[in-house]
Amino acid sequence: MSASILDVEGLSISFGGPARRKQVVTDVSFKVERGEALGIVGESGSGKTLTMLSLLRLLPRGADARAVRASFDGRDLFSLTPAALHNVRGREIAVVFQDPLTALNPVLTIGRQITEVLRLHFRSSATDARRRAVELLTSVGIPDPPLRLRQYPHEFSGGMRQRVTIAMALAGEPRLLIADEPTTALDVTVQADIVTLIQRLQREKGLTVIWVTHDLALLARIADRVLVMYAGRVVEDAPAGKLFAAPKHPYARTLLGSIRQDAPKRNRAASSIPLTAADAGAAGCPFAPRCAEAREQCRNVSPVLKVYGGDTRAACWALDDGSTRGPGS
Amino acid sequence: MKFPMSLYRSPQTRTGLILLTFVVVVALAAPLLAPFSPVNVDPSARLLPPLSRGLASSAQSGAPAVHAETALHLLGTDSVGRDVLSRLIYGSRLSLTVGFLAVLISAVFGSLVGSLSGYWGGWVEASSAWLIDVQLSFPFLLLAIFLLGALGGGTLAVVLVLALGTWVNYARIVRAQVLSIKNQGYVEAAHATGAGTLRILFVHILPNTLSPICVVGSFSMALAILTEAGLSFLGVGLDPSTPSWGTMLNDGRDYLLTAWWIATMPGIAIGVTVLGVTLFGEGLRELLDPRGLR
Repeated sequence: MSASILDVEGLSISFGGPARRKQVVTDVSFKVERGEALGIVGESGSGKTLTMLSLLRLLPRGADARAVRASFDGRDLFSLTPAALHNVRGREIAVVFQDPLTALNPVLTIGRQITEVLRLHFRSSATDARRRAVELLTSVGIPDPPLRLRQYPHEFSGGMRQRVTIAMALAGEPRLLIADEPTTALDVTVQADIVTLIQRLQREKGLTVIWVTHDLALLARIADRVLVMYAGRVVEDAPAGKLFAAPKHPYARTLLGSIRQDAPKRNRAASSIPLTAADAGAAGCPFAPRCAEAREQCRNVSPVLKVYGGDTRAACWALDDGSTRGPGS
Repeated sequence: MKFPMSLYRSPQTRTGLILLTFVVVVALAAPLLAPFSPVNVDPSARLLPPLSRGLASSAQSGAPAVHAETALHLLGTDSVGRDVLSRLIYGSRLSLTVGFLAVLISAVFGSLVGSLSGYWGGWVEASSAWLIDVQLSFPFLLLAIFLLGALGGGTLAVVLVLALGTWVNYARIVRAQVLSIKNQGYVEAAHATGAGTLRILFVHILPNTLSPICVVGSFSMALAILTEAGLSFLGVGLDPSTPSWGTMLNDGRDYLLTAWWIATMPGIAIGVTVLGVTLFGEGLRELLDPRGLR
């Protein structure tokens, strides 16, 4: 058994029947160490969220996920019995969703929704569950929990709602928290509060957190490792420090260039190239149509992830022959 | 407390609420309010018009008959001397019970079928859609007369037949609701917390369908009361001796020209109750309509 809390290898997701199969995630591999904060970054449709949902087998109907290995704490997530799966969901791995407005049931009180999770996983009595719910709301920084428990979602502001969904996620005392763009739907002023809150909870409870986001600037602050995804593939996987100092993959460089003012003009310009029907299943490097350094080989053969410098992986042909502009150049 | 108050604000709904409360109170307090027994036959007081008094004869005691006036027959008596007002008062119990039970049974059954078919789809949906089509292809009154003939009438049979006629409405509405709700974020979030199918269905989805169920329920309660009266009038519903508004209508039919009050009074009672329930339902719909919400 590896020390990693989550170890995924060769994860692929496709939609549609055998006849019209559409591959959306291809051969994704990554590991998350205990207590680590992993950031997964990529643009819309790059398969970040699908990858996460597939781990909890929450994909919509018609989706087919396969993996060589998807092991959580030594157990294979893809071969769990339904009962065991329900025990992993919420109890071991919890999810904070992007939009707190839709993630809460409008007709149930906040208290009901939190105690529901407690009673499900701990078979708590009504009074125990209530007491625990008050603690949870306090721990996510919601003032006056006894009153708030009796209120409905529409009586909360966006930021407060997201705090509630975080409290619900923590109710099962999970070890791994998947934060799926938890700040995207929020006011900019509230975003920082939520991020700080999750970071504090991570420290206090020894949580492992996976941040799914397209906000690279955010990851620079909070992630230990960053996984860059493009068109359903991992294109770079590096410790946060290394990625931000010296991105290897052209796409990672482009992404960074889009937020860094000191990046060369050429890289910034690439970020405005429209995404043209990037089919993750097509031959060749999916980034080739937008890549400034694409060559013949890129359009025909898809590059594979290779290890560079011990703890960095990247998938780009240009890295092999050294023709790409090196990190320092 | 917000909920009842906003119901009270609109004058229409208020009227409905007052009418409905009145009928419910009358039904509950029937033994206290009714001046006579609803079933006792009094040959000496047949077909008395409203506001007249009958004669209480003490002939059976053997002593010379002493004719004393009885209490006032406020709404007259029927062809066998039963007090119309008393029968009306007791009849409200029956109408409300039948209406309420029919709505309850059909709502529970219909919602169950609707939610299961909406949630699971596949063969569950196909078979329930088939069931609904079969149900709808029968003219209800024909089915009701046939079934009541076979079952032999009685309150329970009437309730079941009425429920049979209306569960389809709930099934269709709930199914449509579930179809849209099951894709909501909070259902996905509930899945992610490890909730099982039944828990998701009953805790997270069904409460969201409650408002349309309430609205349909209030309207079909009015319809059930009306249909019960209709069936009893046709003579296939309740036992004729039962004090029900429908049977009273039926009784009074032969005397429409000579003793108009026998059929008119239950008619008014039915009208008032159905009006009350309908106005209330209208208000409920306005209140629960998502567009008018908050």
